[in-house]
Amino acid sequence: MNEQITNVLLVGVGGQGILLASEILSEAAMLAGYDVKKSEIHGMSQRGGSVVSHVRYGKQVFSPIVPEGEGDILFGFELMETCRSLPLLKPGGTVVANDLKISPPSVLMGQELYPEGLVERIRSSFPDFMLLDGQQMAGSAGNVRAANTVLLGAVSKKLDIAEQHWMKALEKMVPSKALDVNRKAFQLGRDYK
Amino acid sequence: MKEILSGNEAIARGAFEAGCLVACAYPGTPSTEILENTIKYKEINSSWAPNEKVALEVAIGASFGGGRALCTMKHVGVNVAADPLFTLAYTGVRGGLVLVVADDPEMHSSQNEQDSRNYARFAKVPMLEPSDSLECKEFTRLAFELSEQYDMPVMLRSCTRISHGKSIVDLGERVTGLPLPKLEKNPAKLVMLPGNARVRHPLVEASLQKLSAAASSMAINRSELRDRSIGIITSGVCYQYVREVLPNASTLKLGMVNPLPYDLIREFASQVDKLYIVEELDPFIEQQVRAMGINAIGKELISLCGELTPGRLRSSFCLPQPEAAPAEKLPGRPPNMCPGCPHRGVFFALNQLKAYVTGDIGCYTLGFMPPLSAMDTCVCMGASIGMATGVTKVVSAEEKKKVVAVIGDSTFLHTGINGLMDMVYNNSPATVVILDNSITAMTGRQDNPASGFTLMDNPANAINIPLLCKSLGVKNIRIVNPLDLEETRRVLAEEMERPETSVIITNKPCVLIKREDVFQKGPVYAVESEKCTGCRACLKIGCPAIEWRPAGDGSKKGKAYIDPLLCTGCDVCRQLCKFDAIGSR
Repeated sequence: MNEQITNVLLVGVGGQGILLASEILSEAAMLAGYDVKKSEIHGMSQRGGSVVSHVRYGKQVFSPIVPEGEGDILFGFELMETCRSLPLLKPGGTVVANDLKISPPSVLMGQELYPEGLVERIRSSFPDFMLLDGQQMAGSAGNVRAANTVLLGAVSKKLDIAEQHWMKALEKMVPSKALDVNRKAFQLGRDYK
Repeated sequence: MKEILSGNEAIARGAFEAGCLVACAYPGTPSTEILENTIKYKEINSSWAPNEKVALEVAIGASFGGGRALCTMKHVGVNVAADPLFTLAYTGVRGGLVLVVADDPEMHSSQNEQDSRNYARFAKVPMLEPSDSLECKEFTRLAFELSEQYDMPVMLRSCTRISHGKSIVDLGERVTGLPLPKLEKNPAKLVMLPGNARVRHPLVEASLQKLSAAASSMAINRSELRDRSIGIITSGVCYQYVREVLPNASTLKLGMVNPLPYDLIREFASQVDKLYIVEELDPFIEQQVRAMGINAIGKELISLCGELTPGRLRSSFCLPQPEAAPAEKLPGRPPNMCPGCPHRGVFFALNQLKAYVTGDIGCYTLGFMPPLSAMDTCVCMGASIGMATGVTKVVSAEEKKKVVAVIGDSTFLHTGINGLMDMVYNNSPATVVILDNSITAMTGRQDNPASGFTLMDNPANAINIPLLCKSLGVKNIRIVNPLDLEETRRVLAEEMERPETSVIITNKPCVLIKREDVFQKGPVYAVESEKCTGCRACLKIGCPAIEWRPAGDGSKKGKAYIDPLLCTGCDVCRQLCKFDAIGSR
């Protein structure tokens, strides 16, 4: 078991299932025997705003938020939000991102364009970069809404938490009628190369 | 058994384990989920009150009846509940009474970042401050015990990072054997007339002194000696940042911030070379430590504003920052009203009518954001109506017609009714719009006295808002469908013109209400591309379901597109299209 603290950031847009994914990750880390802390902001910012969830686990965790510039893994549900949170990562950190663009209000209203070349920008700063089409993969698992679980599966490969703990955490946190689809979605993400 | 709980979940669990019988609150971020979790325990009678003052009064009654009671609120809620709080300090309790207050440093979801620790000192009430979820649970239990032991209400201070942070908690059992609640008369203690209150006040001061003396040996106030060249006094979530950033420093972790453990502070100060105080917001501990004649460094290093983070603490102590990628310049992503939100049309009309809008607190405060841009003031819960009355007292007759107060159903019931009483009583010509979406939406859709259900999900009386306004003396009451832009605009224009108080009540529910038969989605709309001229009229309502798609040839041309997954079929955009390009699919 890794005694160092592992710092994971889950970022995206309110309503994408980020909180559920961070709950599953925290639960799996606890089952694996780690101390765990998690933090995020609810309320005003959730009305379609940016969401950043911090999950930290290790032998003993103090701060509930990841110290700036010490993130090990950035787990992005949306490209622009992934890019926005890059300063939270340590140099050489890992990025796992969903290939999805959600336009913010200024872009919807035609005042600005959605920025181009985000994937290249991320890759040039963080070569350890994995890009997935979470929606498409979740669709093949049976429900596009399980995209967050596909991504979680992909991230799980990068973390020192055994598969059995992930499965137990999924069983606990996902409603039983959606469990089969989510198990498949998780596996698709985990097997993605 | 171990579970990962948020601070709010852990406080609810702590209340359960402490044998709490009554929990009462008005929702407010970041405190809301405490009561949403006490309902999991059938032993606790949990309820939403119309405002924080009533919530505290309910808890006081439960305590005077002999039961343990919990009351929770956000920091600004204490302003509303301050009246009973200050006198409760004199009466003391029968059953233990714990008041949880959740501060919001950084104002993630608040209009100010007042530091509630000042209230504890001002009101002469003990205050505990947990620094993770386990402490949230343990300190809640302890707060109930201290409350009964010292005959005082006890405050528990949380903050956004504690309430909404999660960590591992060991669950315990509910205490048994508490005395059964029963009426018992004790007027000398509970009737605060001057003669009685004069007797009580010295007792309060004596209890605080006794508690302060005991505090130095309480386990929750903990001296951790490591490297003695630096000693840091801290509490709450700041303790975690100190341990993260300065792991070798000696720390005095205060679990109780009022009254302070003076002997322990003196001892710690004498054991370290240089003493620092690390606290968010006000120099609450620092000023008292300095008043003891001890030299300490605090606000010279740590900001008075905003929340602390590990990075900010590193900067304060001039420690090197880790190398990080530069921040990218990207379009912002501010919060927005939901697709189909019934508030949108009202703000669109207010903008067109160039109204001067006194605003209030709720989702509709987002009516301030462009492109709706129709809110001119926002101060506190219920303030919109009083402010509208005040504005009409000073401006010209022509400008008086522009003054419109907007307030939600829950906020109107919270503290808006008194404002309307005054508006009618003193004959202000302003117009009030009550945005009745049948729920307390911003904090996450909580029921209220007009929604027809209680927190425990039992059917309840639903206040008839038009009748309530009528009984206050409002002669002009109009009900409008806010999804009908023409009607909304016409009624607003008519009532703004009228030289006496009028109330307009909108009648469409929040799109997020989960209860069946409340909100019904209409047919999904689409843009007929051939008919769309790219005039951008539909973009003026700022609906997240409508997207501008540029032609892609570098010109300013393009067309509108409606996302079928987001559209609720509210019909508002169709009414804006002059070219009949928008319709149901």
